[in-house]
Amino acid sequence: MESFGRIGFMLFLAFIVPTIALVLSRFLQPRFVTASKIQTYECGIKPYGSAWVQFNIRYYIYALIFVVFDIETVFLYPWAVAFKGLGLFAVIEMFLFLTILLVGFAYAWKKGALDWH
Amino acid sequence: MEVLVQLYTAILSLIPFEPVRNAINMLVPTLAIASMVLGIVFILIWWERRLIAFVQARLGPNRLGPGGIFQSFADALKVMLKEDIVTADADVILFTIAPILVFVPGLLVYSLVPVGNGMIVSNVNVAIFLFLAISSITTLGILMAGWSSNNKYSLMGGIRAVAQAISYEIPLLLSIVGVIMLAGSLSMVDIVQSQNVWNIVRQPLGFIIFFICSLSEVNRIPFDLPEAESELVSGYNTEYSGFKFAMFFLAEYINTFTLGALCTTLFFGGWRFPFDNLLGDIGLQLTAQLGIVWFILKTMFFFSVVVWIRGTLPRVRTDQLMAFAWKYLLPAALLNIFVTSIFAAIGFGVFSR
Amino acid sequence: MAANTIFFMIFSLVAIISGFVMITRRHPLSAALSLVVTFISLAGLYGLLAAKLLFIIQILVYAGAIMTLVIFSIMLLNVQEEDLPAEERIIERVSITTLILLPMIYIIGRSFTVIKDGQFPEVSQDFGTIHSVGMFLFTTYSFPFEVISILLLISLLGVVVLAKRRI
Repeated sequence: MESFGRIGFMLFLAFIVPTIALVLSRFLQPRFVTASKIQTYECGIKPYGSAWVQFNIRYYIYALIFVVFDIETVFLYPWAVAFKGLGLFAVIEMFLFLTILLVGFAYAWKKGALDWH
Repeated sequence: MEVLVQLYTAILSLIPFEPVRNAINMLVPTLAIASMVLGIVFILIWWERRLIAFVQARLGPNRLGPGGIFQSFADALKVMLKEDIVTADADVILFTIAPILVFVPGLLVYSLVPVGNGMIVSNVNVAIFLFLAISSITTLGILMAGWSSNNKYSLMGGIRAVAQAISYEIPLLLSIVGVIMLAGSLSMVDIVQSQNVWNIVRQPLGFIIFFICSLSEVNRIPFDLPEAESELVSGYNTEYSGFKFAMFFLAEYINTFTLGALCTTLFFGGWRFPFDNLLGDIGLQLTAQLGIVWFILKTMFFFSVVVWIRGTLPRVRTDQLMAFAWKYLLPAALLNIFVTSIFAAIGFGVFSR
Repeated sequence: MAANTIFFMIFSLVAIISGFVMITRRHPLSAALSLVVTFISLAGLYGLLAAKLLFIIQILVYAGAIMTLVIFSIMLLNVQEEDLPAEERIIERVSITTLILLPMIYIIGRSFTVIKDGQFPEVSQDFGTIHSVGMFLFTTYSFPFEVISILLLISLLGVVVLAKRRI
């Protein structure tokens, strides 16, 4: 309980320090708002349309592959922690698990899903 | 117990009431480590500027205080007085939350890192896992900053930061598995105590992968594509000014210090004096009494290496960046796990304990 | 004990409120961000129930990975508010949802009457820790574990097929 209390206090500190700094800075700073000052920066020209446009799909593909491998990695952690008590059988088990996934990885590599187009 | 911890315990025992003592024992160590980290960050900024100036044959800030060490404090004060501009098209709420959300995980992870012998906010037994979980929140803050600015460069920088962070997170997660396997625990204190032989000897490949990936996670050169000033002005923080910008800046330095701290803890024996178990009583005493000194020295060394890399290497290209993570680091990290698990299972040489 | 209960209530309340905010927000991105809050408060609930592995998976995989994916796909599609179809036949939808939820509400209601105070057995110290989960996963449940790899393989193949079609 004490340890989680301390982490909770650290979380509180981590929130309160930037908040106090921002509020303090709010009172100390000058404020002269002009139309061109609050314009979005676009290398000196007037901004052309909104930035909220459709994005390239290649980012999405990486995110999808990432989720698959993230879940795989999450399974490796309990394995690594319990490793000493499990012995050789667990090693073979994990090898099998990773080999099956590596088939998919090799397929993705071969099909060029990992390439940046 | 460490000298500082002994001092603290002695003072604590003078306080008469038990509830008061418990409350103080909850607040003071947390406050001490948080302020230590925030203090170190100011020194780090000055140190990086001096060091990079040395690499580039300049002097760097040398006016304020001995060797210019108070420069960053003056800069912090200055940035406090600067106007904080919010553009007309920005999403105001997210725009304000984003810098805080980037800053919070940076400081929060220091509740899990042992900075000395017995000097830790809380020794939870899932520390490393929790550390990785907390630091994955940073990505969300950067994406939020990029999106809420409604600026093309910001959004581009934010998206790049996320694509890079998720690509390098997998090898990062995998490179630590070997260390956990050898320690048999996720607690950082246990990992440091298990390193009678430093993990760098047993996990050289793991360390290299870990270092490269964390360099990429904190967006330092040569992986600073999210803030590539030649392409994206300033990346995800283009529209930020005043203290909100300083928030991102501080978070980046805290994260870089965390990189060094993690390298130290996981691969270089944490707070332990080099070869302390071979030096006999002197070595063990040095480890036990002055752990925080060795920890900070080692961490500063890794921070200096990061600055050195910044002074030396050019920035990588996006396609190289992605290909490097998926086609080299990921297979290498898996190979590291394979080899480590076989060696550890048959108890080969330094892997035997 | 009391502090645990208070935190449990706070987390449940935050989870419910942010879940409600998520389904009522019109803009997909604010809905996604309130989903993050829901995920994190759920993680808090897992933590209080001593399920340490689930707690971390909830943050690492759901709040980290899945949310990145969701936000990426929202940005990818970039649905504007005027593109969204008008919410029609609200009454029909609510009634169908209630019909689906009824069995669940029944089970939850039953659990209140069946489980009385103090009937929970004390869990052992290492319940839900990563070590004990690892021990179970790689001895008793090794076959389901291997099946997971097939499941992940299929999803990976699905990603590649999708990628090939769209680029």
